[in-house]
Amino acid sequence: MMGMRLPAKIGEWIKRDKKIHFTFEGQEYFGYEGDTITSALLAAGVKVLGRSFKYHRPRGVLSLANHDINALVTDGVDTNIRADVVKLVNGMQLQAVNTDGGVIKDKRKYIDSISPLLPVGFYYKAFHKPASLFPFWEKLIRKAAGLGIVNFNFPRINKRKLNDFCDVLVIGAGPSGLSAALSAASNGLEVILVDENQYIGGTLTYDHAGQDTSQQILKDLVASVLDHSSIKIYSGAYAAGYYQDHMVPVVTDQGITKVRAKAVIVATGAFEQPPVFHNNDLPGVMLGSAAQRMIHRYAVKPFNIGVVVTANDHGYRVALDLVNAGVEVSALVDMRPKPKQDAQVDALVGKGVQVYTGYCIYEALPVKGKLGVSGALVCPYDEETATADIKNAVRIECDGVAMSAGWAPAGALLYQSGMGVAYRNDIQQFVPNRLPKGVFAAGRVNGVFSLDGRMNDGLRAAAEASNFLGKQVNVVSVAEHQGVSPSHPYPFVHHPKGKNFVDFDEDIQIKDFINAAKEGFDNIELMKRFTTVGMGPSQGKHSNMNAIRILAKIRNLPVEKIGSTTARPFFHPTPMGHLGGRSFHSHRLTSLHAWHQAAGACFVDVGAWSRPAYYQKAGLSRLENIQQESLAVRQSVGIIDSSTLGKVEVCGPDAAEFLERFYTGVYADQKIGRSRYVLLLDELGVMVDDGIATRLADEQFFVTMSTANAPAVYREMQRWLQIWKLNVTLVNVTGAYGVINVAGPKAAKVLSKLVSLDLSEAALPMGRSAKTEMNGVSLRIVRAAFVAKQAYEIYMPSPYALSIWKALLEAGKEEGICPFGTDTQRLLRLELGHPLPGIDTDGLTNPFEMRADHALNMDKPFFIGKRSLEIIAKKPLTKVLVPFVLAENYKGEIPQDCNLIIENGAIKGRVTSISYSPSAKRIIGLAYVAPHQSQLGSVFDIRTDNGSLAKATVVTAPFFNAD
Amino acid sequence: MKLLNCPMNGVRPLSEFLFGGEFREMPNPDASTDLEWASYVHYRDNAPGIKKEWWYHSPSGTWFIAERNTLTDEVLATYLHGNSPVSKVKEPS
Repeated sequence: MMGMRLPAKIGEWIKRDKKIHFTFEGQEYFGYEGDTITSALLAAGVKVLGRSFKYHRPRGVLSLANHDINALVTDGVDTNIRADVVKLVNGMQLQAVNTDGGVIKDKRKYIDSISPLLPVGFYYKAFHKPASLFPFWEKLIRKAAGLGIVNFNFPRINKRKLNDFCDVLVIGAGPSGLSAALSAASNGLEVILVDENQYIGGTLTYDHAGQDTSQQILKDLVASVLDHSSIKIYSGAYAAGYYQDHMVPVVTDQGITKVRAKAVIVATGAFEQPPVFHNNDLPGVMLGSAAQRMIHRYAVKPFNIGVVVTANDHGYRVALDLVNAGVEVSALVDMRPKPKQDAQVDALVGKGVQVYTGYCIYEALPVKGKLGVSGALVCPYDEETATADIKNAVRIECDGVAMSAGWAPAGALLYQSGMGVAYRNDIQQFVPNRLPKGVFAAGRVNGVFSLDGRMNDGLRAAAEASNFLGKQVNVVSVAEHQGVSPSHPYPFVHHPKGKNFVDFDEDIQIKDFINAAKEGFDNIELMKRFTTVGMGPSQGKHSNMNAIRILAKIRNLPVEKIGSTTARPFFHPTPMGHLGGRSFHSHRLTSLHAWHQAAGACFVDVGAWSRPAYYQKAGLSRLENIQQESLAVRQSVGIIDSSTLGKVEVCGPDAAEFLERFYTGVYADQKIGRSRYVLLLDELGVMVDDGIATRLADEQFFVTMSTANAPAVYREMQRWLQIWKLNVTLVNVTGAYGVINVAGPKAAKVLSKLVSLDLSEAALPMGRSAKTEMNGVSLRIVRAAFVAKQAYEIYMPSPYALSIWKALLEAGKEEGICPFGTDTQRLLRLELGHPLPGIDTDGLTNPFEMRADHALNMDKPFFIGKRSLEIIAKKPLTKVLVPFVLAENYKGEIPQDCNLIIENGAIKGRVTSISYSPSAKRIIGLAYVAPHQSQLGSVFDIRTDNGSLAKATVVTAPFFNAD
Repeated sequence: MKLLNCPMNGVRPLSEFLFGGEFREMPNPDASTDLEWASYVHYRDNAPGIKKEWWYHSPSGTWFIAERNTLTDEVLATYLHGNSPVSKVKEPS
């Protein structure tokens, strides 16, 4: 292989004194520091860098700018490395992706010859019947098509996330971005300048047209920017997306920096779009800008004898750069009919370049195995019909083709910010015509192409951004576009054999669009999804504009009527390690958590809390554990950590008034030390939550709420307090107090060993609370009957919860005191017939359906939901929650939560809770049924999961003899 | 990420806030007809435009009203309930 490295030249990005060794497909090569993988391979004369996604066609360089993925390589566990832009590292062992037997000998290359059998979407059509065989075909197809194979041993790499802030973020450091950054900084603004290339300068670093005048401009601009203390540069970094209020994640090898700006100037330039002709994908056929990048950035000669095909004036600049680099340019083929006449043409002709005006490349001629170019078949071209006159074909020998046809604005970030676009016919390009506040566009993305114009447009955008940020500066004007269009409206050459590629990622040809339109997918969004154009890893960067032009032609509509698809963030695919965060799930643990763990608790998440569901005993199933724990509570005594209960102190002169408005009951006359049930509705009269309010003092209530609902209930308290403006202070003491519930017939006996309080029924009946102390710790004990008739909720400051818990266990040893979890608690409360908000209610349940009328005081002037209940009360009930049992000897399929109540084939309700109760020795539950089914003794049918009907009978709760 | 101006804490990132639904002035429950009340609790026109919304700053527990253009997602004003400056919201007639 012949080396293609050019002699050292000014402005090259490589450091020739630093050699880097690597292998590609088993062969040893070297490059220099500053080379990308692709540039080093090209310098070594390697042309075939990869195989295409679908047809396994050999591919070489197309854009050398991450606008295509012809060159994807694997290095060890890492794959889909974008060789065009990834820096060469010593010791890399690279393989092309998606080959069977290497990039040259790929055994799947035969697929290219059967491609007529494999049109777009063929697998959906061919293999959808019988459905049972699709997995077989899918496996084959997935193996044949695709990218690199993901290695599941890839190490977990967390990249850092940083934040940065500035006044103006300038994205793109070409002539317009550099001018904008300098100007904004000189207006006294802090500027961040981002560019995806290793060095700033944009087109100035490669588009020279055979001259070095732009070199001086570049040198001056870069020197001023580097010198300016208010400009911070992120090079080798891409702006990955635009998020609201000017937040832009900037991605580098090291990770993501989230940049928050006050204004953003987008000077991202344009993507070169290939003209489309037969075999335009052969290795050696490349975009003009790619050839220029090769020459000027990496000092690599793109080919030895070349043809330039162009449909704009840029091709002439490319030809001049090629000639200057020592390439023998045998022909310049201009697809436009009107001859260009200026100094550039004269210069080229002077160098012996033959200019064909009104000609196209009909096809690029391959060498054996399509591993390169042997020549170009050049024919007269009819611009109107996009066809070649092959009778007058000329064969031109060459080993490479550079192609220029036009540009697509790199407008992804602008689209994401909410830009509106218009299509300008003078430049054949979409340009912004409406930008959100604080977002500005400059340069080619804004439709400005001349070098002077772009620098001016940068100044204009900087002035507008400065004024947006409160400066007062004059806004320069930018001259209108002069001369011919930089983009051709239809640079396509039809060919009976196809293989004229539009999207190189996905092997999509012109005929695929025509077929898609014939099948009815003739809207740009539908066409994109049917053909998958722009859906590959380069996300339409080199194909989207051509796809729009083709569809416009097919539908005979102007381009602006077709519109454009937009690219979502991220701008380039970004490694997962950059995106993945650390696990910041806030878990709340009670002060007894370590004890629970040591005791074998199986935990369950309840809201933010981690709670024991039950305690695992050796050899028992989950259900057996729960049943044993429940029997302990029924027969003796159990103990549960209820510290997760929401707890709020409502204090102040209006505390009682606040509760009266917030909850459904009466609290004004509540005596100090007494507890009352509280029921919260929303404004629709729907059940939200319940709990207990204990009056601690005249102006102080202690309110509990269910664990999962507590944050929302507390928020609602805060909202209504702000609306009502009552003289109340809310203190959320959820974490401050631990709660231990001692329950069961022996509960009083155990408790009495530790406290001097009189626990008799007369002294501490249901709903009463009392202060006491245990081992010098102040406690409040509330007699509550949620899980058992004899049950005491003990409140203590959280730090003392563990000592009290242990003291209770010690005191209860003789009675076999048994810790139980929330799953057991749910069974226990079900046995008592207590519905749970959120379990036995849904987003529509009103208190009448729950038979909670007793908790409503409709005589109060106001409570949340009261007005709605007045309306609901006038209407007949449609469902009622009832306790039910199955027959004692029930042997059929066991009904589950949410099974439906069926009557004559119609749905009447559903089961909300169901369980086997070892105390009742049968299956018990709660269900919504039609009102006529709700009388005591009524029998209704539950449809079980297997379709059989289970007979259930309405009973009264509790389900067992609680005394 | 969007920024919101909490009237008590200044400009903070959206991740610190919770949306609390559209703000609507409660009609007098005793004086309103069933239809008026049902319209208050159920009816939202969902038409894009400038809306009053409840927002909650979680770390500090602050509820406030934001006047937001739901078409452009632009927040025009934020204030504590009852401290309204001249509102930009057109009340439904």
